[in-house]
Amino acid sequence: MEEYKGKTLSWRLSDGVVELALHCAPANEIGTAMLEDLERFAAALTFLESRASAVIFHSKQKAGFSAGADLRELYSQAQKMDPASAVTGVRQFLERIHAVLNCLDASPLTTIAAVHGVCFGGGFELALACDLIIADKMARFCFPELRLGLIPGFGGIPRLKRDVGNAVVRDLLLTGRSVNATKALAVGLVSQVAAEGEALRVARSAANQVTKFDRATSAAAKAFIKPLPAEELRREIDTFCDLFTKPAVMEGLRKFVKNSGPHPYLP
Amino acid sequence: MKTIEQTTDEILDLAAAHFKVPRAGLQPSDDFYKKLGIDSLQALELLTRLENHFSVELPDYEVQGVSDFRTLASRIQARL
Repeated sequence: MEEYKGKTLSWRLSDGVVELALHCAPANEIGTAMLEDLERFAAALTFLESRASAVIFHSKQKAGFSAGADLRELYSQAQKMDPASAVTGVRQFLERIHAVLNCLDASPLTTIAAVHGVCFGGGFELALACDLIIADKMARFCFPELRLGLIPGFGGIPRLKRDVGNAVVRDLLLTGRSVNATKALAVGLVSQVAAEGEALRVARSAANQVTKFDRATSAAAKAFIKPLPAEELRREIDTFCDLFTKPAVMEGLRKFVKNSGPHPYLP
Repeated sequence: MKTIEQTTDEILDLAAAHFKVPRAGLQPSDDFYKKLGIDSLQALELLTRLENHFSVELPDYEVQGVSDFRTLASRIQARL
């Protein structure tokens, strides 16, 4: 379908470019509702690939591209289950989001994430599945998962390893710190930095350039330069699920979710 | 090399301009969460603006628990 308006995101195909807008308040947290909409997009990709050259992912939320996985939903769902069922539920969610992101990652379309504001955790992982990240100078990237006793679970580690040097991977993962767009550009994490509020315009310009090329050639080039790290993606799910059983994780999530003050609970 | 007073003044100027609060009402010892009425996401935005303004990197853990302008200035000063 050329156009879709969902609860958490919408897309529209025009002049060979699909623009997908994330619009789930407050900060495009990726929970079940957004996963379902992303699955609809993945299912529509075959149709879109026959009519478009590029996809732009962007956010309509002021806070940024995406704050990551919906930890409140994760915590509340896990609270309703025994630990074994909770891990099963988490694994099912991860399998589904991996299927979507793998589909996007390997799509013959040229995929562009136009990022402003926070691009954290699962949101960062969505951006990393794209071919290009174009960030405005107020964008901020972070993998905070270790601060809650977890690792990124949506394919972030293998994709980060694919894109940047291992020292950068270790710095981001093992300290859980965030980096701004200038730093992200310097380490090769983002392709271009735009002025504040201009990431989408710059992404449109890049997408328009892509539409001038032969689609089959672009697809062949992408297949050559961007292999899917399938085995590591699989191992990441297993490791995440192993860690999720630890009581410290649930306690960390509880503190994060219950905190209502201006200072977030992030050790 | 800027002095700590200059760095603090620049932070107060930037915070006042961006969050639209009277500059005269901001003091180095103020809690910026309270004085600017900001939440954690807006504090991150402030951090990014300061990094861009001073051309420094400020890892989150260095400013964790920091809520007054003077201490924030000292963290930046250490990176200039």
